[in-house]
Amino acid sequence: MINTSNDRNELIAFRIEDQEYSVDIMSVREIRGWTAATPLPQSPDYVRGVINLRGTVLPIVDLSARLGLGTVEPTPRHVIIVVHIGKRIVGLLVDAVSDILAVNDDALQPVPDVACNIVQSFLSAIITIEDRMISLVSLDKILPEEELVAA
Amino acid sequence: MDPIEEIKQTFFQECEELLAELETGLLTLRAGDGDEETVNAVFRAVHSVKGGAGAFALDNLVSFSHVFETVMEEMRSECQSQSRETFDVLLRAADLLVDLVREARGGAVVATERTTLMTTELNNCLAQNAASPASECQSEDQFEPLMEADALGFVPQQIIFDDLDGDIEPTSSGQSAQIWSIVFAPHNDLYATANDAVVLLRELSRLGEIDTVLAMDSLPALDAIEPEHAYFSWTIQLTSDCSEDDIREVFDFVEDECDLEIRRLSNDIQAAPDTDTITPAPNDIDRFDAARSELLGTDPASDALISDTRTATTEAEPDETVETPAITETPQAQQAASPQQSTIRVDLDRVDILINLVGELVINQSMLAQHAGVSGFSKEQGVGTGLDELERLTREIQDSVMAIRAQPVKSVFQRMPRLVREISAQTGKIVRLETEGETTEVDKTVIEKLTDPLTHMIRNAIDHGLETPEQRTAAGKPAEGVVRMSANHRSGRIIIQISDDGAGINRDRVLEIARHKGLISHSEILSHDEIDNLIFKPGFSTAEEVSSISGRGVGMDVVKRSIESLGGRISISSTPGTGSVFTMSLPLTLAVLDGMVITVGDQALIVPLNNVIETLSPRAHKIKYLGPHERVMALRDQHVPLVDLGHLMGLRDHLMEPSGGVCILVENDAGAQIALLVDDILGQRQVVIKSLEQNYRKVDLIAAATILGDGRVALIVDIDAVICSRQSSSDHTIRPLEQTSLAS
Repeated sequence: MINTSNDRNELIAFRIEDQEYSVDIMSVREIRGWTAATPLPQSPDYVRGVINLRGTVLPIVDLSARLGLGTVEPTPRHVIIVVHIGKRIVGLLVDAVSDILAVNDDALQPVPDVACNIVQSFLSAIITIEDRMISLVSLDKILPEEELVAA
Repeated sequence: MDPIEEIKQTFFQECEELLAELETGLLTLRAGDGDEETVNAVFRAVHSVKGGAGAFALDNLVSFSHVFETVMEEMRSECQSQSRETFDVLLRAADLLVDLVREARGGAVVATERTTLMTTELNNCLAQNAASPASECQSEDQFEPLMEADALGFVPQQIIFDDLDGDIEPTSSGQSAQIWSIVFAPHNDLYATANDAVVLLRELSRLGEIDTVLAMDSLPALDAIEPEHAYFSWTIQLTSDCSEDDIREVFDFVEDECDLEIRRLSNDIQAAPDTDTITPAPNDIDRFDAARSELLGTDPASDALISDTRTATTEAEPDETVETPAITETPQAQQAASPQQSTIRVDLDRVDILINLVGELVINQSMLAQHAGVSGFSKEQGVGTGLDELERLTREIQDSVMAIRAQPVKSVFQRMPRLVREISAQTGKIVRLETEGETTEVDKTVIEKLTDPLTHMIRNAIDHGLETPEQRTAAGKPAEGVVRMSANHRSGRIIIQISDDGAGINRDRVLEIARHKGLISHSEILSHDEIDNLIFKPGFSTAEEVSSISGRGVGMDVVKRSIESLGGRISISSTPGTGSVFTMSLPLTLAVLDGMVITVGDQALIVPLNNVIETLSPRAHKIKYLGPHERVMALRDQHVPLVDLGHLMGLRDHLMEPSGGVCILVENDAGAQIALLVDDILGQRQVVIKSLEQNYRKVDLIAAATILGDGRVALIVDIDAVICSRQSSSDHTIRPLEQTSLAS
């Protein structure tokens, strides 16, 4: 039983409202509960502000707002997924973490052609497991775009 | 990294230090202040560079440093009495050496002609000092001796101990390596029985690392020398893990024909003289020279002498470059005499990690104190005292850690003499550079960022500040101009001054240019100070013709911006005819900041204390509307803009009523003032600066972030940006210039 680990992907699945999304487990550093963020002036609505992660100033992206699903009012039940994006560390605010998935490359299907640009630019694939549909988020576009270019 | 490459990098780092030492030493000697130790330091520097370069086969570097060393060796005995011109040549040779090191490091290639020219110049120097024929014994066979062997045809015999390494490796100094002191004084019989001191020393070198000192005190005057007698003795320091018996075995056959004393030195006492200083004193050399012809061929000891000095020096030096990058304080006999043995070299990343950790400790400590206070637990017997003690200790640790990063400004100041020499050569102005307070310490980051502005200002001071020698003489001043650079601490900041005794600022000309370039309107009447400060305006450059030295469009405005980006201020005062003084005031560190903690809505913000002028409670009748939204506040005899900080930063939708808050009068480095309206002032605190760019990006109006005692992030307000955001849009075009580098 040779498991070709090359095309094996481990993903962390999470919920935003009733939709399911996932990110590559390798980019996840930790998962922690919501704490109040310090808002940043003149920032896009999906940047909730910054929190103190053991001495590091961590920006928090409201993934719901980023994906065009509207800003959330975070409660202590909300979760921050701390991920690496390039050299940066960023917190993603989501409703709840649901699952760890192990899927093969061939289970990753292209994103169906829908009209919404936001969906197209932030998702890299979708995964179908039984009657669930889980979208794979591509992290490199999550931060405000021009800044990533400038940096 | 490749380990060899790593060692090489360490060597280059050391080269930098050595070359700086070399320059300082030469300057001291030129000024006539040097003593024997200075001469030795200068010598050691060139020698160590050569030794290291040899180990890495950096041929250009080796050959030039060899020439350099040889010339200095020739002059050594009279080093302190050399003429100023000679030192100028030596200084230029030192500059070339710096460039050669840079080349070896992968920098710009140095033209061969330059090296050749310098070599000739050095040799010419030597020709003027040709009186002393003392150096043949230092020559190495891969180089042409600069002085031909004397009339006796004495050719130094080189005995290379390294050749032996092929068959028997010297026993490596393992864990149990010890230092032995061996005093070996052969009797006449030793040579008579066909034994040879050099063979014995060679044997010793197989046991481990040896450091040999020759004693020739008993050498009589030439006419009293008995050719067949032994006059020399040696003190050998052997680092090896061998036993005393092993050493005795070397001398087994000559035990009765010499005085032998073997002592074990404990590992921590290494008062052995530095290898460079063991060269016999001048009068010994003279005696040696006189005796040489007699000894030649009859006393093998003369050969041994040559090889001894060589082995000691060439074997010792490459070792220095093999140290771990972290620690220079290795218990090596060769370094025992070096004055820098109490320093260690530490990777900057490690220090930064430590600083971050201490920053968190400070935050944690204040969180703990706050929680204990809230819960009433701190009233408990012992807890309160313990917490107070913890706070004191935390502060002390923080201060000590910050002190690790602090470095003397010497490293920047040291670069300037060369710059001055170069510019003075280009401009034909005679300049003397005086420095003061080189030991003043400031954070390493600040030092690094100071180099460019200081370079620029020294250039300006010479190019624009000082007059030509003719003009100076005509004005009744000495032809030699003086540029002074000083550093000192004043109230928690470092003050750096650069002054010149030139003509001072030509205010009419400055005004004319400023009006011509549209920096000020024609009707404006300015005070002398205001005129002087015009030179900091962007787009201002007074150079009548653009020279290669200064006046390339980036002027004092860039200097000012880079000083300001360090949280500093710069000002000028100038007196026509007697010169100008630039004064810079900089924070000692970029890692912490004294801030005023304020609240806006439910957010805490930090205002840098150095921007705060005063706090006021606003009175309704002092606040006037100017247009639909803008408000100004009457302050004594003037009106300053009133800015609702919460509204500006988008923390509230409506303008706040002034009566409900507190006003803070702030000023930026340009002297522009505004009043900030905030909810409350919580107090003053030293905060640890955390970058927002690291994980996010630059945020407008915000300089950085910090973490408060309750663990929450607070933003540090960028006062300059707040003030600029209020000013007309034309001023905004200035801001991108901040990014302009000082490349010059």
